[in-house]
Amino acid sequence: MNKSIAQLQDELIEVFSFLDDWEDKYSVIIDYGKQLLPFPEEFKRDEFIVKGCQSRVWVVGEKMENGDIHYHADSDAIITKGLVALVLSIFNNQKPSEIVHANLDFFEKIGLGSHLTPTRANGLLEMIKRVKNIAQTFEKS
Amino acid sequence: MDFDVNLIRQQFPILSEATVHGKPLVYFDNAATTQKPSSVIDAISHYYRTENANVHRGVHDLSQRATLNFENTRNELARYLENIDPKTIIFTKGTTESINLVAHSYPIAFLKPGDAILITEMEHHANIVPWQMACERHGLELLVLPITEKGEWDLNQLPALLEKNVKFIACSWVSNALGTINPIQTMVDAARKIGAKILVDGAQAVGHFKIDFKSLDADFFVFSAHKMFGPTGLGFLIGKEELLDQMPPYQTGGEMIQEVTFEKTTFNGLPFKFETGTPAIAEVISFQKSLQFLNTISLEKAHQHESMLLKRATDGLKEIPEVVFFGTSEQKVSVLSFNLIGVHPFDVGTILDQRGIAIRTGHHCTQPIMQKFKVPGMCRASFSIYNTIEEVDYFIESVKKAAKMLCS
Repeated sequence: MNKSIAQLQDELIEVFSFLDDWEDKYSVIIDYGKQLLPFPEEFKRDEFIVKGCQSRVWVVGEKMENGDIHYHADSDAIITKGLVALVLSIFNNQKPSEIVHANLDFFEKIGLGSHLTPTRANGLLEMIKRVKNIAQTFEKS
Repeated sequence: MDFDVNLIRQQFPILSEATVHGKPLVYFDNAATTQKPSSVIDAISHYYRTENANVHRGVHDLSQRATLNFENTRNELARYLENIDPKTIIFTKGTTESINLVAHSYPIAFLKPGDAILITEMEHHANIVPWQMACERHGLELLVLPITEKGEWDLNQLPALLEKNVKFIACSWVSNALGTINPIQTMVDAARKIGAKILVDGAQAVGHFKIDFKSLDADFFVFSAHKMFGPTGLGFLIGKEELLDQMPPYQTGGEMIQEVTFEKTTFNGLPFKFETGTPAIAEVISFQKSLQFLNTISLEKAHQHESMLLKRATDGLKEIPEVVFFGTSEQKVSVLSFNLIGVHPFDVGTILDQRGIAIRTGHHCTQPIMQKFKVPGMCRASFSIYNTIEEVDYFIESVKKAAKMLCS
């Protein structure tokens, strides 16, 4: 049985609760990015690019046999890749309806809420929107 | 005039009052916009508290005072540019609008299909796109002078380009992305030789050195107030009177007219022909304080100070093996563009921001330069008169930290 989105968020908040300064936080974010599985080359297409980021970010979702969604993501910026990896660590391999209705609050709780403002060049808000949109599409299909 | 960076810093409240992520602000994004001294900030507030009225139309005392003060800026700027005729100064929203005005009105009056406009590879988008549009509208050809690996004009290629029916040249004095100070007089002379007119984009020059418009001898000179310690939303077009006179208005409406009937409208003279609508009055008036501030400091000594900061920063970053520089001309203003090899500039900017340092990352509105150097963007630190050695050392240490975090 997979962990629920809520459980995964709580675990992530726990990990970050031990990190006081920005440097440690960003090091963990960077590490998350490094642990992302290699992004399939055939998905490096413009249609999968998330707009609103200063760097390029790709997000793709596939529906697996059991109905869960498996996401792939990549970015040419290290911190951006880490941020999208954090998002995927919570949403990957979940049911479309769970993803669509999930309340994502861990960024505020780990002190990275400032990344969520619409004008931020990292486009985190747009990445989350894309992940949810993909889930929505699969929910209907 | 002595140059004391601490005395200058005291005049800029933001440098001591602003904090970023709980750390003191280190502002190295001066090529984007400079900070404002107290005198400018106070003048804006003073205007709205005691003088606010529309200009050029009221008989009442307040409007007359505002008009007088507003026009006084034009006179002061005319003096600052070594005594040019005030009516050849057009107030605009900024450098971008100034260029758009010329790109709109000049071809209507003076160019014909088949004529060519020459720009350079290092131009800001604001000095590319308006000319592209003008070429489309009037059947003109757009020519581009390439730059070298050092980020300088490739003057070897200029003569061949000039033979191609060039009637207008638009180029920047100083590159915003690379900091190169271009041999502007060479280009002005080249224009004269072939009988072409020339627009000089001075946006990145005016914050660093004093401009003598007459000896520059360009036909048009454009710049923004906010890059010379003045308010945003205000820029200037300086032009030769005989050219401005013959150019049709850019935008139409109130203020710029002489007489309006439904059959025909006649236009006001210079400079009002090009200034329609209510202008940025508070900004125009407060800009006098920017000029007064500039007059109190020796720009020559300020330039020495900035060059010292640039050299220190460049030498410091050279110690980091992953650093690669862009724009390596010997003639530069205090702009340092660099990347960490294999690292997106966004990452470097984010780490520096966490340490309170404001730099610019991205394509700097000069995508052709990014294409030339084959990078998605660059990190740009740009220093101004109020920056210190201590800030530069902290910046070097911070880039080292970024390299350690991002390059391992």
